[in-house]
Amino acid sequence: MLENVKHVILILSGKGGVGKSTVSTQLALTLKERGFKVGLLDIDLCGPSIPYLLQLEGKDVHQADSGWVPVYTDEDQKLAVMSIGFLLNDRNSAVVWRGPKKTAMVKQFLTDVLWGDLDYLIIDTPPGTSDEHITVMENLKTVKCDGAVIVTTPQAVAIEDVRKEITFCKKTGIPVLGIIENMSGFVCPHCSECTNIFSTGGGESLAQLANVTFLGVLPIDTKVGQLLGKACVTEYPDSPAAKGYSEIVEKIIERCQ
Amino acid sequence: MSADIKRPDSAPEHCPGVGSDAAGKAAPCSGCPNQQICASGPKGPDPAIGLIKERLIDVKHKILVLSGKGGVGKSTVTALLSRALAHGKNDRNVAVLDADICGPSQPKVLGVADEQVHQSGSGWSPVSVDDNLSLMSIGFLLSSPDDAVIWRGPKKNGMIRQFLSEVDWGSLDYLLVDTPPGTSDEHLSAATYLSQAGVTGAIIVTTPQEVALLDVRKEIDFCRKVNVRILGVIENMSIFVCPCCERMSEIFPATTGGARQMCKEMDVPYLGNLPLDPKLARLCDEGRDIITEMPSSLVVQALNGIVKDLIDLCEKKD
Repeated sequence: MLENVKHVILILSGKGGVGKSTVSTQLALTLKERGFKVGLLDIDLCGPSIPYLLQLEGKDVHQADSGWVPVYTDEDQKLAVMSIGFLLNDRNSAVVWRGPKKTAMVKQFLTDVLWGDLDYLIIDTPPGTSDEHITVMENLKTVKCDGAVIVTTPQAVAIEDVRKEITFCKKTGIPVLGIIENMSGFVCPHCSECTNIFSTGGGESLAQLANVTFLGVLPIDTKVGQLLGKACVTEYPDSPAAKGYSEIVEKIIERCQ
Repeated sequence: MSADIKRPDSAPEHCPGVGSDAAGKAAPCSGCPNQQICASGPKGPDPAIGLIKERLIDVKHKILVLSGKGGVGKSTVTALLSRALAHGKNDRNVAVLDADICGPSQPKVLGVADEQVHQSGSGWSPVSVDDNLSLMSIGFLLSSPDDAVIWRGPKKNGMIRQFLSEVDWGSLDYLLVDTPPGTSDEHLSAATYLSQAGVTGAIIVTTPQEVALLDVRKEIDFCRKVNVRILGVIENMSIFVCPCCERMSEIFPATTGGARQMCKEMDVPYLGNLPLDPKLARLCDEGRDIITEMPSSLVVQALNGIVKDLIDLCEKKD
């Protein structure tokens, strides 16, 4: 099903809550703004956030003869989305599954979705280095996977888990496209003083340490978290976050070519 | 195949069920590719459950710290609670079990990252952080911080079983179990293995924004499905106090009313909130004790209130 997908990018992070899903959605939206056809696959089965972040909650996946039809964000069908969130009846109900069942679901997402022609397929993952990640990695062996983008926050506690994720990529042979440092600084809306809540520079020094590309820094911006389906680069084109996303997308496109 | 799947979808029409006594022996089983596995597999509940009950007989209160969402501060909150409990009374023994196999943070947050676990006749000895506070984590078993634990579910379950059945916890007042995000293997295992030993309850940690609450609601649903009592919800990173102008801002805005509103909707107790403090993040990175280093901070004051409620909740029935 992925034969007509030109580039596959995994978004990974050992740590949870560093902004994998937010970064995935914004990268997808930024790529879409540049005129690419993009797919976004959410394989976080226990905590799917993509449907909420794109305001697609309540949408249904349709079954066609040859597979599942993903949900499109607009009529141009430039951004296709697939998530377990679309398959749940109630947004509060938990998916209490052990590994083998999660593995089967992820496999199905990779083989049974009718993505059609895509320039980029972005895969958003849950935190960790376990079932979902191993399954994706195994199933992408037959397809050309361009590599993984690793998201981290700057503090040492997060960096520690992210180092494990880099080891995972090395052990499994996935190239690392680069590291993004998210939530880098917070600009106080009252006095404009920038506070590094979770310190700063951790992502860049990790990139040096692990000898991988550093893609860029994204600041904490409460506006970005509330965009819900709109691209940061079009809504707040002058914000530091928008500049960050533009630069990062630029580098990713370059590295995928 | 995990034990919770009673009758596989692909099973023959009259499959007696993989857990039944007739599994692998009944007439419809002949010809089934899994016949041998079913016939030779162990029947009934995991024997480890009884073992764990024995092992944890001197542990008075077992508390799970859960959150559907990652990075909301489960490990930080676990560390803070354990330290506050241990500081409160010198003869109160507290231990932390870090069940996050793929991303263990407790050794760092509690400041014992370079320690090692020792093996004795009575099992693994947990690493002691303080006189009355000890910790067990897979982090101690890894040779380098770069080491990744790339394990599927069953192996993670085995590790958690070992942590519960083979660690010499001794006599404890509180055992806090820090978990990874999600509602999967680690959580099911912890809940199942502790089912006979008795879980006092779960503390759920969240941040105020809707995207986190979305996953946390699933965790509450999980607790209800596995019959674990919810002691309460703690909202972390509620407000940010600018160190420059001391005015407050909401970094993760509670667009849907935050944890308090969610607790009301889902009918679970609300324990309180902790502010976002850059100094706290730094102290956690360095593994230092915030309670002795910043006793007058907003975080510690809020924490003391929560711990007092928590102790009341746990010890009321004693």
